Amino acid sequence: MAKLLIDGKQYEAEAGQNLLHVCLSLGLNLPYFCWHPALGSVGACRQCAVKQYRDENDKQGRLVMSCMTPVTEGMVITLEDPDSKEFRATIIESLMTNHPHDCPICDEGGECHLQDMTVMTGHNYRGYRFKKRTFNNQYLGPFINHEMNRCITCYRCVRFYHDYAGGGDLAAFASKNHVYFGRHEDGALESEFSGNLVEVCPTGVFTDKTLKEHYTRKWDLQTAPSVCVHCAQGCNTIPGERYGEIRRILNRYHGEVNGYFLCDRGRFGYSFVNAATRIREPRLRRAKEGALESVTKQALLAELGAAFKDREKVIGIGSPRASLEGNFALKTLVGDSRFFAGVADKEAKLVSLALEILQDGPARSASLKDVERCDAVLVLGEDLTNTSPRLALSLRQLVRNAPLGLAAKAGIPDWHDLAAREIIQDEKGPCFIATAAATRLDDIAAETYHAAPEDLARLGFAVAHALDPEAPRVADLSPDAAALAARIAEALRSAKRPLVVSGTSLGSEAVLEAAANVAWALSKEGQGADLSLVVPECNSLGLALLAEGGIGRALEAVKKGEADTLVILENDLYRRAPKKAVDELLDTAKRVIVVDHTEHATTAKAAALLPAGTFAESDGTLVSNEGRMQRFFQVFVPKGEIQESWRWLRELMLAAGFGERVAGWNSLTDVHHAMLEAQADLAAVTAAAPDPSFRVTGLKIPRQPHRYSGRTAMNAHINIHEQKPPEDPDSPLTFSMEGFLGRAPSPLVTRFWAPGWNSVQALTRFQEEVAGPLRGGDPGVRLIEPAPDARKSYHSHIPAAHQPSDGELLLVPLHQIFGSEALSALSPAIEQRTAKAALALSAEDSKRLAVADGDEVEVTICGLPRRLPARVVASLPKGVAGAPVGLPDLPSVVSLPERVRANKAVVR
Amino acid sequence: MSADPLKKPLTRNIDPTREPFDLKQYEAAGGYQAVAKVLKMDPKEVTETVKNSGLRGRGGAGFNTGLKWSFVPMGPDAPRPKYLICNADEMEPGTMKDRVLLEGDPHSLIEGMICAAYAIQAEKAFIFLRWGYTLSEKRLRKALAEAYEGGWLGKNIKGSGYSLDLIPHISAGRYICGEETALINALEGKRANPRTKPPFPQVSGLFGKPTIVNNVETFCNIPPILTNGVEWYKSLGLTEDAGTKLYGASGKVKRPGVWELPMGTPIREILEGHAGGMREGLRFKGLLPGGASTDFLVEEHLDLPMDYASIQKAGSRLGTGTMIVLDDQTCVVGMVLNLTQFFAQESCGWCTPCRDGLAHAVKLLQAIKRGEGRMEDLNKLDQLCRFMGPGNTFCALAPGAAEPIQSALKYFRADFERLIPKQPMAQAV
Ligand SMILES: Cc1cc2nc3c(=O)[nH]c(=O)nc-3n(C[C@H](O)[C@H](O)[C@H](O)COP(=O)(O)O)c2cc1C
Ligand code: SF4
Ligand code: SF4
Ligand code: SF4
Ligand code: FES
Repeated sequence: MAKLLIDGKQYEAEAGQNLLHVCLSLGLNLPYFCWHPALGSVGACRQCAVKQYRDENDKQGRLVMSCMTPVTEGMVITLEDPDSKEFRATIIESLMTNHPHDCPICDEGGECHLQDMTVMTGHNYRGYRFKKRTFNNQYLGPFINHEMNRCITCYRCVRFYHDYAGGGDLAAFASKNHVYFGRHEDGALESEFSGNLVEVCPTGVFTDKTLKEHYTRKWDLQTAPSVCVHCAQGCNTIPGERYGEIRRILNRYHGEVNGYFLCDRGRFGYSFVNAATRIREPRLRRAKEGALESVTKQALLAELGAAFKDREKVIGIGSPRASLEGNFALKTLVGDSRFFAGVADKEAKLVSLALEILQDGPARSASLKDVERCDAVLVLGEDLTNTSPRLALSLRQLVRNAPLGLAAKAGIPDWHDLAAREIIQDEKGPCFIATAAATRLDDIAAETYHAAPEDLARLGFAVAHALDPEAPRVADLSPDAAALAARIAEALRSAKRPLVVSGTSLGSEAVLEAAANVAWALSKEGQGADLSLVVPECNSLGLALLAEGGIGRALEAVKKGEADTLVILENDLYRRAPKKAVDELLDTAKRVIVVDHTEHATTAKAAALLPAGTFAESDGTLVSNEGRMQRFFQVFVPKGEIQESWRWLRELMLAAGFGERVAGWNSLTDVHHAMLEAQADLAAVTAAAPDPSFRVTGLKIPRQPHRYSGRTAMNAHINIHEQKPPEDPDSPLTFSMEGFLGRAPSPLVTRFWAPGWNSVQALTRFQEEVAGPLRGGDPGVRLIEPAPDARKSYHSHIPAAHQPSDGELLLVPLHQIFGSEALSALSPAIEQRTAKAALALSAEDSKRLAVADGDEVEVTICGLPRRLPARVVASLPKGVAGAPVGLPDLPSVVSLPERVRANKAVVR
Repeated sequence: MSADPLKKPLTRNIDPTREPFDLKQYEAAGGYQAVAKVLKMDPKEVTETVKNSGLRGRGGAGFNTGLKWSFVPMGPDAPRPKYLICNADEMEPGTMKDRVLLEGDPHSLIEGMICAAYAIQAEKAFIFLRWGYTLSEKRLRKALAEAYEGGWLGKNIKGSGYSLDLIPHISAGRYICGEETALINALEGKRANPRTKPPFPQVSGLFGKPTIVNNVETFCNIPPILTNGVEWYKSLGLTEDAGTKLYGASGKVKRPGVWELPMGTPIREILEGHAGGMREGLRFKGLLPGGASTDFLVEEHLDLPMDYASIQKAGSRLGTGTMIVLDDQTCVVGMVLNLTQFFAQESCGWCTPCRDGLAHAVKLLQAIKRGEGRMEDLNKLDQLCRFMGPGNTFCALAPGAAEPIQSALKYFRADFERLIPKQPMAQAV
């Protein structure tokens, strides 16, 4: 720590940290543009200038750029002297010489860092009287709008897109006051993280194109803290609503999870909430062959209540995309033994295995921040960019850590981005990626290995054995694979903090077990290992904590006649199990009741449909793949009969007459108390966020900004009197602009705003320190901590090597960030980026089948004959083929890997 | 006829009426003897000699060359490879001194570079050459081929165990590429934006490795220093600075040109003696002593010696030592506008004061030139010059660009005011 004097006041700060970081952490108002807490300092904009004095007697002083100046003991600084103030105002004046001042029609207006900084520096009158520079804009795809005239040339966009996220198709072109930030030609931005440009760009150059479709100013958006539901990473988000529609998603900083960034699936996948296929009122099918009809809630409950008398005959099928509360309510309704995870048995088993590895083993499940603290990694089996995109972005930061150590030796602090990148150049820390086919992350890998799942597992087992001879040996390993395993083991062993990443996406238990062995072998070596296991969905782990078997077990029970009624929670079973099995299940059951928010193949077969709230219309808790329990809050009150799934299930129980257990469930807290009683391992659920009785100075936290406009006008066509805001029994938030206006506790932050800071940059006012945890601690509770003395015995079931057999292909699942996840796939912007289904074939196999790229191939996948265009993927090993999972144009690809035969289709 | 090598060591072999010396001729004239000598020396000793000679960089900033070299990490633990770069990008308006050396005696540059490379134990060297210097390129390539052929470059130079590769790189033609760190970025294939200092290139330069960048003229001083000794070199200068310097004059003088003269030669001697004074009918008004990016000097300064300290005391910089002379018939505002347009055009676009401040200055100067200026524009120009001052920008381009503007406003403000209408014009765009 160092003592420094800022405008006559003594402060303490970390010596060596940059002065801008320190000033902002101290809550001082100092303007800046090019510096970004995650991207570091480059000294380009010169906006952050302050005056530094040699000592207290120096009256002259000199301007320094605070972002480029390390804090030293005894430093004397002023932000307030006329010189530095004039300089900072002149920077704004200069930036404004070419800025169009089109705030009224600019999507950034009202949350614009340039507006804020302009006001902060006091540059009020335009002196420049000449023509401004103009640019042409580009078409950048469905996510991002481009308006280059507003650019202030801070270079943040390219530094994020290229330097931080590894994107290759956005660059700075030309020079002088004509630098252009864009692509070499019009076209969709390729990076899966392009949406972050919206928040990284301090002006209205890059804005959210999906927001533009139904534009609303920040001050008119009702917002609440939420959690992304589109993969298991649990990124924190802030959805914004107006007139009953979600209008956009912003990142909600979380120091341990997503930090400053989201992936494009998470940011742009929200439109399903607004879709025409939403179920907004109860529906009932009165006759077996009849249609589903809208009915009143009373009618529905009366009808169902009457049909429901025998609880013993009801089976509940939960969902990995529904909240803990919803799943728990269903489990309560049907009883422990008749509650099943709404996923294929195989997936249920894989997720349970992942859970077990994390719970019982010595390796700690890594948060994304932990990942960014590691310095070597083995990725086993996961195409992270597609299965857990935000994690892929964190791995890009991980590989910088080892070389950053070298920079530190040369006296370069890690915040000094320019100098660090110059000295690091293309150096990367050890990263090994072993997957079925090439991934979009391979460019950061020291070595890649592309093989069938069995062989990936064998490589992993061999690495573990190389680390610890007590780990089982892999017989008949090829010399190449053995040498690679030795190199991986050596790199992991010499790392300060090694990480192992694996997951369920290849459908292979052996891959997971091999990864566990590697992590455990490293733990035994002493330095420990972080372990990150990717599971399929936003609450896969939560569901695994509640349920054991999957859909297959449910089918058995129905076939045996043990049950005749199915209650299906937020789930399209056709995406989970082969069509034949699901058909059989739904047809055998006498009654199928579905609680969900959106129509799909399963709702089409329901006898009754109960309209559930999406994440935006309900409160609930999810367990991320880190094992972090996180609460999401209702953003707005939906129209119609939509309500939380758990409320439907409770009312169903009451109507059926076995509701004594749930009669007292009046708020989310009551559900939590029941959970806590029923399952000790879920006790933390009450700690994930403050309960509904929480108040700050007697006030609730408003969801609407204090500048929210039109609240009386919005409903004037119905009633000219101002309506009383709806009650919210489930949270300390209110659907109103009234309430506590200060900084709410971290789990309840509805938006980042502070006086003078209207843009997302207000975030520094919510952090304990810039880029550190949110004040009061980052939200959520980690459920899974390693057992320090756990001495699990190694997994020893090592599969035989993959043998390409004549004419047969091993079909592995290939995931797509855009399209493979059910809900986001419904968003039109995501749909535009979704690749068409194709059958990926290795070069050898395509030759054998005599097919070229685009030729049609016939293949039976998961019991259904398909005709698909071939896509030759050179990195696929011989005998291994790939099929995309979950795509709207190729449903029911659910139980890969499997062995298939493919033929060139005869041209019709 | 070539000059006396002890009086004019830089131009000793130069005769613009003929082709430069080829390897044989160069060797016959005592060429490559410095390399032969150096290869037997301890590298640190070479650096020490150059440091003691008092040689200051001829690229503009005037930093002690040997001292610069001494910052390069040496010994077995030093990062490798190390690089040496010759800055031959010469694009400073009014400056054409390096061209004289490149075209006139390429072997001398190569020899100087080999000595320097040996001193820092670099394994690779580059000559970063201005795009438009096509004749220099041709002659350099020929000389390089000869030097390789003659065993002065390549593997195991003259059996010494020391190896060096020297690669010419033709710049894409931007003034900013002459700034040494932008040059390094350009050489790496990146945008030619300057880098921050520290870290200095001596520690983290080309591809993040220790790198020395020196000017062409700087390198050409090395062989004579090593051959003739430190004392001789120091004795050449007339004032406290050592050696000789290529001085130049451009503008409406009788004989514009470049001359090798002792360091510290008085301005008047260069202007009136070597350049022959002003053309008929014109009177001297002022001059930029060291290229376009230095402050104007005026009549009262003409007897100052052209050395680093004297010129700096007078409020300007020796820069490249090649003066641009302004006469009484040329429009000052037009001249300053022309230069400012150049600098605004050549701004790399990285930092705000330069990128947007220079462009603003251009618009103001244009308005004044058109007769659409306002009195407050002059204050704005003053303020912009302070705004672009040293330390406020990311590199030295903008502070240099501000120098002719700020000094013109100081010495010739009346010329600006004369162009400004008494009654403000209607809003001009
Ligand atoms: C905008 C700008 C342009 C420059 N152009 C040149 C140039 O063309 N040639 C040159 O030798 N130095 C140029 N310099 C100076 C170099 O940055 C560097 O100081 C010099 O090459 C170092 O060599 P020296 O120590 O031998 O002088 C320029 C500097 C700036 C700021
Ligand atoms: S970018 Fe900001 S300052 Fe510029 S027009 Fe938009 S809102 Fe206004
Ligand atoms: S587009 Fe935005 S982020 Fe990029 S340089 Fe311009 S203002 Fe900065
Ligand atoms: S002063 Fe700034 S904008 Fe100008 S050339 Fe240097 S770095 Fe580039
Ligand atoms: S924020 Fe410091 S120079 Fe841009």
